[in-house]
Amino acid sequence: MTTSDTTTTSERPIILDVKGLSTDFVMKRGTVQAVRDVSFSVRAGEVLAIVGESGSGKSVASLSILQLLQPPGRVVAGEVRYRGQDLLSLSKREMRDVRGNKISMIFQEPMTSLNPVFTIEDQLTESIRTHMKLGKKAATERAIEMLRLVGIPSPEQRIKEYPHQMSGGMRQRVMTAMALSCDPDLLIADEPTTALDVTIQAQILALLADLREKIGMAVILITHDLGVVAESADRVVVMYCGQVVEEATAQALFERPLHPYTLGLLESIPGMEDTEDDGQLYMIPGMVPNPLNLPKGCAFAPRCSRAIDRCASDMPPLVELEDGRKLRCFVDVTAVEPAAPACAPAESSPAGPTPADPSPAGPGSGEVRA
Amino acid sequence: MTEPLISLRNVSKHFTMDRDLLGRTTSVLKAVDDLSLDIYPGETFGLVGESGCGKTTVGKLLVDLYEPTAGEIVYNGVDLAKVSAKERRRYCRDIQLIFQDPYASLNPRMTVGDIIAEPIRVNRLQPVEKIDDRVGYLLNAVGLSANYRNRFPHEFSGGQRQRVGIARALAMEPRLIVCDEPVSALDVSIQAQVLNLLDDLSEEFGLTYLFIAHGLNVVKHISDRVGVMYLGKLVEVAPKRELYRNPLHPYTKALLSAIPVTNPALRTKRILLEGDVTSPIDPKPGCRFASRCYAKGECVGCACDDEMPPLVEVSPGHFVACYLHPGAQ
Repeated sequence: MTTSDTTTTSERPIILDVKGLSTDFVMKRGTVQAVRDVSFSVRAGEVLAIVGESGSGKSVASLSILQLLQPPGRVVAGEVRYRGQDLLSLSKREMRDVRGNKISMIFQEPMTSLNPVFTIEDQLTESIRTHMKLGKKAATERAIEMLRLVGIPSPEQRIKEYPHQMSGGMRQRVMTAMALSCDPDLLIADEPTTALDVTIQAQILALLADLREKIGMAVILITHDLGVVAESADRVVVMYCGQVVEEATAQALFERPLHPYTLGLLESIPGMEDTEDDGQLYMIPGMVPNPLNLPKGCAFAPRCSRAIDRCASDMPPLVELEDGRKLRCFVDVTAVEPAAPACAPAESSPAGPTPADPSPAGPGSGEVRA
Repeated sequence: MTEPLISLRNVSKHFTMDRDLLGRTTSVLKAVDDLSLDIYPGETFGLVGESGCGKTTVGKLLVDLYEPTAGEIVYNGVDLAKVSAKERRRYCRDIQLIFQDPYASLNPRMTVGDIIAEPIRVNRLQPVEKIDDRVGYLLNAVGLSANYRNRFPHEFSGGQRQRVGIARALAMEPRLIVCDEPVSALDVSIQAQVLNLLDDLSEEFGLTYLFIAHGLNVVKHISDRVGVMYLGKLVEVAPKRELYRNPLHPYTKALLSAIPVTNPALRTKRILLEGDVTSPIDPKPGCRFASRCYAKGECVGCACDDEMPPLVEVSPGHFVACYLHPGAQ
């Protein structure tokens, strides 16, 4: 599904347009710029994945869209347009009509996102009654129907249960049912499978793909797991330290990742390749910089094996390449742009030919092998 | 063949869930049920399974935090249940544990130096005046600066804290380290750093690992042999390469296919298991996996619902507990 409908989704209307979004957390010790000038858009029916490690600002960006930020978090710049309407200028009441109805969200932790003192029925019917203006009985019927849709066996009985009576996978399904109950236009799924076992994760992902086809909603999938992204996303935005560092279609990103950070992330996943030698794993040296004290230039420069002098002093701009790809890197832009047509994805080095590559051994080997 | 460093022989760990009026057990959680396992010196044994399958209980049995309900644990040829308290303490020193959550497993009120020095002091492993040197040495060994010894855990990132946890385990000069999902709480780029460190340390200090994880991909990188657990039972054990090339148990196949892969060329048809892991409380007789098994239909006349298939060797070193494979019937 990743590849087949990329051509059709690119013609669909943009339903969510985020432009220059910046979110700050003002604290005693300083200001954390959790989201810095982030722009992306979502088309109807497509799955956009936002990828990044903890602290990259991916969750804060989604909370900013829905205005669910808690102080000291505050959106300081940018606009969020949903079908032409500026969400950031809406009143609390108007926003409540959008939230859970047109745009809904699945939160990260199924264990803590449900209220332990209410039954599943209470929690599911609340949003259905509010948004769909249904009576109590009709709302319960709708809730049961949703539970069946997400694959909970005997929903008539389970709807009377409390969250603690359900397993993690079941609770995540309830969260999914809740998010889907008002037929949203856009679903934001924040790490929907991180807390789950692999076999349950596979079930939930299959369910999301299936529902997307049935209901035709768009999905923003927030995750740190590139495997999940490869299997379910149409387009990918990679974030690092609050910024977008690369944006591409899923196919292009995995065939030819351009940003050194994306490359590092991909390489450091313990692969399933059947190799004879399981030597050292590729690793990105160092760690994510302190958000109170970000580097002056490119945020990734201190950990980057391909950094040049300029990276430490100047912030590379997010440059648009061919077919809507975007990249924030000095090194690769110069290397790739002129050579773009000749860039056949090389098998061993996923970066493709990079004439300006300063390391003779190429990425994936050399200095990174400790 | 070399002698195993440690063996579990028909070990069970049951927890009583409910008793009747007369105090008789009416409900039992079989966390580990009649499980046998050998770990050889110098190898890394990966133990994989979903939450609730009993893999952490196996780890806790090994480090003597739990006493087995039945069966014996043999270390260096000695049955642990029969040794004196002193011998047992000596054993506890040889086997150390690295915990899953680096945020919860370090005392926030102790400096990193004290955290690492405490086991050395308590067990009198070093003369008092040498403890400082030893702490510095251990910090260096796990890739941290010796100057960090006066810092508190909150000053470290997740990956660094996990390094401190590893240094604390190394302080006891162990022979076997039980790593209970040591990287699942860490970011991808940090996971690779910690896995590489564990790999290096095993060579440097001649360590043996029991590496517990819930996904087969992490284990693939670090293990020599892999065991797959389902509801208290081992369902398949094989050398790593053999297991990934030729998985035999339907559950192993499902686990392998459930791993999301970034390389489209490696993508296989996904086997979606129905339902959740069934409860280990009062399990039904028969194969533990039978209720979710998609291959049950292929197995005409098998006793899947009546008796748990035994773990049998189908090729050298490759054991599987499934009636679909000859030898089990």
